[in-house]
Amino acid sequence: MAMLEKAYLVPLFPLIGFLLNGLAGGRYSRKLAGLIGCTTIGLSFLASLSAFAGLLGLPAGERVVISHVYSWITAGAFNVDLAFRFDPLSIVMALVVSGVGFLIHVYSVGYMHDDPGYSRYFAYLNLFAAMMLTLVLADNLLLMFVGWEGVGLCSYLLIGFWFEKKTAADAGKKAFIVNRIGDFGFLLGIFLIFWTVGRTTGVWTLAFGPLRDTIAVNAGLLGVGFFTVTGLLMFLGATGKSAQLPLYVWLPDAMEGPTPVSALIHAATMVTAGVYMIARLSFIYVHSATALMVVAVVGAATALFAATMGTAQNDIKRVLAYSTISQLGYMFMAVGVGAFAAGIFHLMTHAFFKALLFLGAGSVIHAMSGEQDMRKMGALRKALPLTYGTMLVATLAIAGIPGLSGFFSKDEILWKASGLDGSGYGHMALWVIGALTAAMTAFYMFRLFFLTFFGESRVSKEAGSRLHESPRIMTVPLVILAVLALAGGYIGVPQVIGDVAGWEHSNKFAEFLDPSVARTVEHGGALHEGELHAGITGFVTGTSEVFASDEEALHHGEETGGSAVAHTDAHHHGDHTKQEWTLMGISVLVALLGIFAAYRIYIAGRYKAEPDEAYAGIHKIVYRKYYVDEIYDRLFVRSLVGASREFFWKVVDVKLIDGLVNGIAALFRSLGGAVGRLHTGFVQNYAFGVITGVILIAWYVFRIIK
Amino acid sequence: MHSSVLPVITFLPLMAAFFILLLPGRNGGVIRAVGLIATLLTFLISLKVLFGFVPGEPGMQFTTEHPWIPELGISFSMGIDGISLFLVLLTTFLMPITMLSSWKAIDHKVKEFTFFMLLMECGMIGVFASLDMVLFYVFWELILIPMYFLIGIWGGKHRIYAAVKFFLFTMAGSVLMLAGIIYIYFQMPDGAQSFSILQMVETVRLTGREQFLLFAAFALAFAIKVPMFPFHTWLPDAHVEAPTAGSVVLAAILLKMGTYGFLRFAMPLFPGACTAFLPLLMILSVIGIIYGAWVAMVQPDVKKLVAFSSVSHLGFTMLGIFVLNTQGVTGGILQMINHGISTGALFLLVGIIYERRHTRLIEDFGGLAKVMPAFAAVFLIITLSSIGLPGTNGFVGEFLILLGAFGKSVPYAVFASTGVIFAAVYMLWMYQRVMFGTVKNEKNKNLSDLDLREYLVLVPMVLMVFWIGLFPNYFLRRIEPSAELFLQRFESRTALLQNEQPLREIDQKLVLVEDPEKWSE
Repeated sequence: MAMLEKAYLVPLFPLIGFLLNGLAGGRYSRKLAGLIGCTTIGLSFLASLSAFAGLLGLPAGERVVISHVYSWITAGAFNVDLAFRFDPLSIVMALVVSGVGFLIHVYSVGYMHDDPGYSRYFAYLNLFAAMMLTLVLADNLLLMFVGWEGVGLCSYLLIGFWFEKKTAADAGKKAFIVNRIGDFGFLLGIFLIFWTVGRTTGVWTLAFGPLRDTIAVNAGLLGVGFFTVTGLLMFLGATGKSAQLPLYVWLPDAMEGPTPVSALIHAATMVTAGVYMIARLSFIYVHSATALMVVAVVGAATALFAATMGTAQNDIKRVLAYSTISQLGYMFMAVGVGAFAAGIFHLMTHAFFKALLFLGAGSVIHAMSGEQDMRKMGALRKALPLTYGTMLVATLAIAGIPGLSGFFSKDEILWKASGLDGSGYGHMALWVIGALTAAMTAFYMFRLFFLTFFGESRVSKEAGSRLHESPRIMTVPLVILAVLALAGGYIGVPQVIGDVAGWEHSNKFAEFLDPSVARTVEHGGALHEGELHAGITGFVTGTSEVFASDEEALHHGEETGGSAVAHTDAHHHGDHTKQEWTLMGISVLVALLGIFAAYRIYIAGRYKAEPDEAYAGIHKIVYRKYYVDEIYDRLFVRSLVGASREFFWKVVDVKLIDGLVNGIAALFRSLGGAVGRLHTGFVQNYAFGVITGVILIAWYVFRIIK
Repeated sequence: MHSSVLPVITFLPLMAAFFILLLPGRNGGVIRAVGLIATLLTFLISLKVLFGFVPGEPGMQFTTEHPWIPELGISFSMGIDGISLFLVLLTTFLMPITMLSSWKAIDHKVKEFTFFMLLMECGMIGVFASLDMVLFYVFWELILIPMYFLIGIWGGKHRIYAAVKFFLFTMAGSVLMLAGIIYIYFQMPDGAQSFSILQMVETVRLTGREQFLLFAAFALAFAIKVPMFPFHTWLPDAHVEAPTAGSVVLAAILLKMGTYGFLRFAMPLFPGACTAFLPLLMILSVIGIIYGAWVAMVQPDVKKLVAFSSVSHLGFTMLGIFVLNTQGVTGGILQMINHGISTGALFLLVGIIYERRHTRLIEDFGGLAKVMPAFAAVFLIITLSSIGLPGTNGFVGEFLILLGAFGKSVPYAVFASTGVIFAAVYMLWMYQRVMFGTVKNEKNKNLSDLDLREYLVLVPMVLMVFWIGLFPNYFLRRIEPSAELFLQRFESRTALLQNEQPLREIDQKLVLVEDPEKWSE
């Protein structure tokens, strides 16, 4: 397969699209601009498909093909190549990004049809695709960071696409800066890996392959503290990009961008980069139970916290935004318990149904002439039958109704999170939070669904008169995504369900992904957690306890990683099977309860714009998002700006330093005998004063030396 | 490798400067054209240096030496290595651009302006190419005069105050340095006395106390020039008042004379004292990074904001140099060039809107992206390069510096890395207030977008941003060998000096030598 060696082509196509549209500066016709945008990303998808077929043709253990383009940065022992990698993990991501990306590009042709910034829009969207594909196909940490910051830039540009609106420009800036806080952690993580691994093992690299091999052999030598600190630093990066606590605040505001952008960047692809990164670095995370635990706990907490906020929003896109944060929390919970494949699986199914939800919401907004407030919608199912139908599929999928894609991935995560299968770091508490979140998810999603499509119409006359179903170019992507949201889960059916159907190896997805992700070492939990202390010592001296047996086991495991999932079969017998069915039953049940509650309130009950008196207080707090934005603003933004302006600039710079300088100048002037010509501009006087002073000092200095 | 190309590019602008004095009239296109052609010609000839430079060679290349005042051991000696190569080229590259950028902005005393600009180019190339202390010092001081007049004649409202402040700050430092140079000269072995920089570094043996004081003198001169916190307060005033061309040259090249001075003189000549001062210098660098960013954030004037951002950027450069490992020093040298490109371009951009609106206050703008889309696009690219986005030049330099810093000391690297966040804050906030939103000010509604001349000024800068960002190894391959040589010499000389009694006394008093791994061997 020729495509396999040319991974760089995948991000290159949309980059060319960006340059074509970007340099033309709007001189192309709309048709041409849209065509360039869609064709280039379409080519990426075809290239990814071809590479996928190529990978499948290789034995499971050998599915890594790297293409080096050139040596990018070299200084001393440090060298980083511009190199791309096809392996099971990266190809899954590339397929999702280019596939869903292509659909959203096509949808945008219709959605953005009247926008004056049409070609600029496609230029940005192509640039985003190029950066996102760089992120997922990068063969080393630094190139990944290029994509990582690159998608942040595109996010900034696209959130602020309608830059004349202050809220849009503000939101773009906020997204970029909050992301940079995360990137700070990512950057430090890169430094720590480079120096520690280099000093400890003599292997100076940031490339994933050599890094993974080196770490597998030297895990004990590197020390658990190193893995914990690295894992946490990188996770800080992930909390920024993937909108987790405490850095999630930018994502709801990001809804200021055009809706297809929200679908592509702020739901399906970019925000999942953090999950991908942790899966990619699973060979680091498996060595630190602490880092994994933090990831899982933050993920679970975010999932629940965001879900509560989702229940109280009136803006259709904001509900989806909080839902995205919550679902991302789910994914982190998965990778945090060591279920990397399950996390990536949910990432994929979520890309389908959440992109669909956003595009559906976009179709609604389009039909409503820009209205986003659900209080002004209702009964839209007749006017927008296709949108209604496809959104129903997506809503059922995200609610975890059996048979749809979301059910399979969610169930897999909840099962692993429970810790009952014994393969990772799960805990029943995580399952409880997960199940609770599932119930709330079902509730707020059906609340959205009912408020939009059912009940009495609250549409204004003006908007109602222009109500129309979206054009084909928008509905066809909806239908394709609906098919994926419906059936996409069947490539990863949990084995416990597969067993019933007599289907061996039913979780094809996990099996395919297995060589790319590390497994947590089972007996007694990888390396026992020491203090962070050990890591810092380890950083300097490279000494730490050596866990010879684990290390060997791990190494062995990774070497023979190909034949994969077989070992999990053992767990599906007996107790495990019963437990898994029970938990699955409960989670489906609570989801149904959530739907029922939404039905009772928003269909059977009489809809009211304002909540009951009894709940008004708590509703306000939740509606105002627990005032986190306000707290951050007071705590960080205002205090920093205030201190900088009133103290550092006006006092330190102007009064202190300049005051001192002016004082010295005045002193020299009087010593030099020049009379009061302070601002008359005769430099000689000043120079004379200074030189006299300097000569005196010099003379004094030389006297000391002698 | 001997060559006379360096004297040619140094004195071609000087000859052109005096030729211009002979031309009739004080204004007019002829003078501008001669200035532009002279700088373009200088640039074209300097390409010979770029293409002829041997990448793997750490030592001096294109050397030339003629006796000047042989009785005193002063010679006309020039040459460049990986440290100075791109500084010379940056100078020759930027000069035609600044000449072109001033085409309309300078409308009176054009003759004098062009004369001073060419004089300055001679001085700047001379500073980076000189291998003789006296020659270096002559060029160093030569620059002061045209810059003083550039600010003082073509500057803004408070130009006189700014010009004098610039002059005095720089003078204060350089006089001390002169005293130091003379002192070192007399410490050289009898009969072998010379002002050759390389010989001074090789032969001078100073006691710890001497080193300490001399380093302080040199470091002060260079720290003012860089400028390092807290010697930076002349810079915002000078930048705000200077005409665009002056700001570009000042930021892009003049400041690099300070960083270059540390690399070429202060550190090689006094490695022992430098080692003792390192923690202080590193702390000042990190403070500069953060403090510069914070103060930049709250500036109401775009030019002042960019000026404070220079304090922050130069903090990165100095930190890279002081961490004394390959990544840090190489990154530091590259970052000098990067800052020249990015900040130079920012001043050019500010100049372009200033020409149209005669204001630089952020609050006077807003919504320009609608009116001047091409201008906004270039501004965005340069902004991103200034905040070190991967793919642009700024990233490569900052990354290597922070990587090097992390290898030397984790806390410094952590604090310095916060600068990456703050850079995004002040630049994007400024960009938003100038470019985004709706056009509120009537005067901004009909601004014209970039014209051909402005494209010619900006496009080369943008190309440099991506050339260095995407293919930095072209530059690093030429810089790194000299950086390595610098480090080797520094280490071996430090090791040597470690055994000398007086220095150790000072060290013990200061108890500042850290990283025992490296220095205690």
